[in-house]
Amino acid sequence: MSRDRVLATIRASLGCSEPEDEERVAAVERRLAAPLRHLIPACASRPHSERVGQFTRSLREQSAAVIEAAAPGRIPEAIARYLGEAGLPLRLKLGADPFLAALPWQETPALERLQGPAGPGDAVALSSAGAGVAETGTLVLLSGRDNPTSLAFLPETHIIAVAEAAIVGALEDAFDLVRARLGRGAMPRSLNLVSGPSRTGDIGGRIVLGAHGPRRLAVIVYKTDEGAVGAP
Amino acid sequence: MKPRVGLFVTCLVDLMRPSVGFAAAKLIEASGCDVAVPAGQTCCGQPAYNSGDKADARALALATMGACDGCDYVVAPSGSCAAMMKLHYPQLMAGDESAQARARAFALTVYELSSFLVTVRRMTAVPGRFDGRVAYHDACSGLRELGIAAEPRRLLAQVAGLELVEMADRESCCGFGGLFSVKYPDISNALVERTAAAARAADPQLVLGGDLGCLMNIAGKLARQGSRIGCRHVAEVLAGELADPPIAHDALETGP
Amino acid sequence: MTQRMLDFEASARAALADASLQRALAGLPGGLVAERAAAKARLPEFEALRDAARDIRDHTLRNLDLYLKAFERRAAASGSRVHFASTAAEARDAILAICRAANATLIAKGKSMVSEEIGLNSHLEAAGAEVVETDLGEYLVQLRGERPSHIIAPAIHIDQAQAAADFRRRHTHLAQDRRLEEAPDLVAEARAILREKFLAADVGITGVNFLIAETGAAVIVTNEGNGDLVALLPKVHIVVASIEKVVPTLEDAATLIRLLARSGTGQDMTAYTTFLAGPKRDGDPDGPEACHVVIVDNGRAALLGSEFREVLRCIRCGACMNHCPVYNAVGGHAYNSVYAGPIGAVLTPALIGLGEARDLPNASSFCGRCEEVCPVKIPLPKLMRSWREVDFARREAPLAARAALEAWAFCAKRPRLYHLATRLAVLALKMAARGRGAFGSFPLARGWTRHRDFPAPQGRTFHELWAKTKRGASA
Repeated sequence: MSRDRVLATIRASLGCSEPEDEERVAAVERRLAAPLRHLIPACASRPHSERVGQFTRSLREQSAAVIEAAAPGRIPEAIARYLGEAGLPLRLKLGADPFLAALPWQETPALERLQGPAGPGDAVALSSAGAGVAETGTLVLLSGRDNPTSLAFLPETHIIAVAEAAIVGALEDAFDLVRARLGRGAMPRSLNLVSGPSRTGDIGGRIVLGAHGPRRLAVIVYKTDEGAVGAP
Repeated sequence: MKPRVGLFVTCLVDLMRPSVGFAAAKLIEASGCDVAVPAGQTCCGQPAYNSGDKADARALALATMGACDGCDYVVAPSGSCAAMMKLHYPQLMAGDESAQARARAFALTVYELSSFLVTVRRMTAVPGRFDGRVAYHDACSGLRELGIAAEPRRLLAQVAGLELVEMADRESCCGFGGLFSVKYPDISNALVERTAAAARAADPQLVLGGDLGCLMNIAGKLARQGSRIGCRHVAEVLAGELADPPIAHDALETGP
Repeated sequence: MTQRMLDFEASARAALADASLQRALAGLPGGLVAERAAAKARLPEFEALRDAARDIRDHTLRNLDLYLKAFERRAAASGSRVHFASTAAEARDAILAICRAANATLIAKGKSMVSEEIGLNSHLEAAGAEVVETDLGEYLVQLRGERPSHIIAPAIHIDQAQAAADFRRRHTHLAQDRRLEEAPDLVAEARAILREKFLAADVGITGVNFLIAETGAAVIVTNEGNGDLVALLPKVHIVVASIEKVVPTLEDAATLIRLLARSGTGQDMTAYTTFLAGPKRDGDPDGPEACHVVIVDNGRAALLGSEFREVLRCIRCGACMNHCPVYNAVGGHAYNSVYAGPIGAVLTPALIGLGEARDLPNASSFCGRCEEVCPVKIPLPKLMRSWREVDFARREAPLAARAALEAWAFCAKRPRLYHLATRLAVLALKMAARGRGAFGSFPLARGWTRHRDFPAPQGRTFHELWAKTKRGASA
């Protein structure tokens, strides 16, 4: 059987003892069970007061738009303004995310909303991020009915809402959030780390946006009354 | 008691440009050491080593170490030979504990010339003077294996009248690479063309360096291109030993 | 003498004479090289992170069998089917079987170097499927019938005018007079064409950057998002990975991810880093219905116990080739191998045999830049030298080169013979130069003098002169 052959060749090359060395197995199981962080650079451990600025700057450097909203209630109008200024259709596809559903959409009646995964005809999609990572200007998206993955890839314009309080310093902090939500060792079907619009440099070395994924990424960072997640 | 320095001249200096060896000896003496030239030295073994001939490399390493017995330091006017002796001799002896111990002890005494003068002897004045612009080429071995870049520049800063200019793309290989230059001459040429272009753009009178192989390569290219830029080993300028023409230049050419 | 299939020298010569290739390569120093330097300057912990990354990879390789089994368990728990393949043939057949079972006629592909290595595309096409590369660079080389010339920028050797010509030649269903003057025009055209393929494909096949044992997830890192669409839209998703792609935990992956884009493109992070763990779950509105992970050995397991094991640390960032003077001079195709540049020089002989690939580890000046920039500190020059040792033992180098080296070593081991022979040789050379400072041509160094003058020696050896000056003075 191929599996046995491959594993046997590996074990022979490594000079593993037969029968298996129990301490070796135990050491591996220990490492898998306990999250051992490696060096976290200083830029990934800034205090929260600096993280939002760092997050915003990083996203803008990667050609994403960053819009501030003073409260969740201001998100619909921020979206409507963004799409209006960009000359984009006022029609959003979004998932079943209860946070998004509870926003005061009645204040922007011109904004049409449709629910479900993205299809080829959808021009603009809206997702809610589980977290943001300041170190690299990254949004953390979890798949599921609340925020279908296709929203992040099929439409030309993707808008992601993220709470200021949910902007953590390092990628490792984001993983801890996922673990807290789903349990250790568990992942959603798809965990997407998005750090900008789609881009390619494959034609003559020139960077062009919108290779396959969205050409435009707009991130709405909204304030809430909650304290910051993770380290202050 | 003055330290006893074994000068490992390197085969290229021995054969092609002995004036570099004399310049190196002068500088080492000026730094307050006694210079000896171990008679049994020939080649550090790098050509054999890089060609995969471990047996001959090992034999030459043992011979070199034997020849240099009794020296407090072994100093070479070459980053690649010094790196060979300092870093690779111990690796070569892997599998033979006593030989490896000997190589490790030997390695502690080995220095490239500019590194020896600056780091060990803390030399702050040099005999040479030079009125004009020079550029310094950082050979790959010295740069990456021994971390040498500041030391030759520190010494050149002591040379009265000298203006140091830096070439663009300084960290790029000149294409010598020992036997690489004759095994893959067309690729080697592509590389030295870039180095020569950088040299011409910086427009110094001299290109200096710490490795004669690289300098012969660059000088040969500049000469083929009809450039007047001269190439010398940095020891020649530091020691004020400029009587011989630059590498590849005819004897009757004027200029430094 | 074996007929070497790779014929590096001829390819290199052609590459050096290829003006448009040279123009494309000229962009590397100011581009990917400068970008990495800037990223490193922004991250003071860069060197310490390289040490951590190297240690993570070494630990994983020492326990590769256990981590592969752990990955298999977790991946299966999230609904993926994990297949192992010893050889390229087994991998091809396993993937074909999955595609057949899915009645696949159209297969969309995200970039996978391993799939190149095993010759997957032609195998699937021979069985009647249409295979479309969706990474824009891979799509371009597919249109041209070429292989990728760089592991992260497959079409780096093609300029915009060539790409436009290729599009015009192959996209015959589009208006002849359409505008294809600038890169955005071409990207828009490719986006529209490939979108149809994403939506219509029966099976999506991607490579992977990491397999995470802790969670059974496959990590795909892209800037385009094509990998995500390939993994998302078709009903079946197949991941092709070589055995050493596994890493233990999310934290280990985080450290490697931290260095991957910074080393390869200078970005802190690529646009998309995606962790995929299995097919659609209850309530998932999108995603594939079936996920497969095909884990390929193809000679790597044997390397684990050899002096070449460090090459398996590689995380496919491309930094080594970006910084390699040889790669910068001749580009990737000259290597005539799936993997180019310094990583290719070490890996290719391991995968296809030194007899075929002997030029690759030999065509290096050992400048050491590759090792300096490798995020996991693979000692590439040392490994190339190890291949040269194998080469030397097999006596496959050209006779003239071997004879010259043997003569040199013979003399060098005998100091008195050496000093005498060299004195005579340099005196003869000096006389042959007839007062000139250099030789314009020299029969024994034709390779050198083809392009450069060969400096004449000063005429005496150092030892000869030193003995004259010092012997009288010595005690």
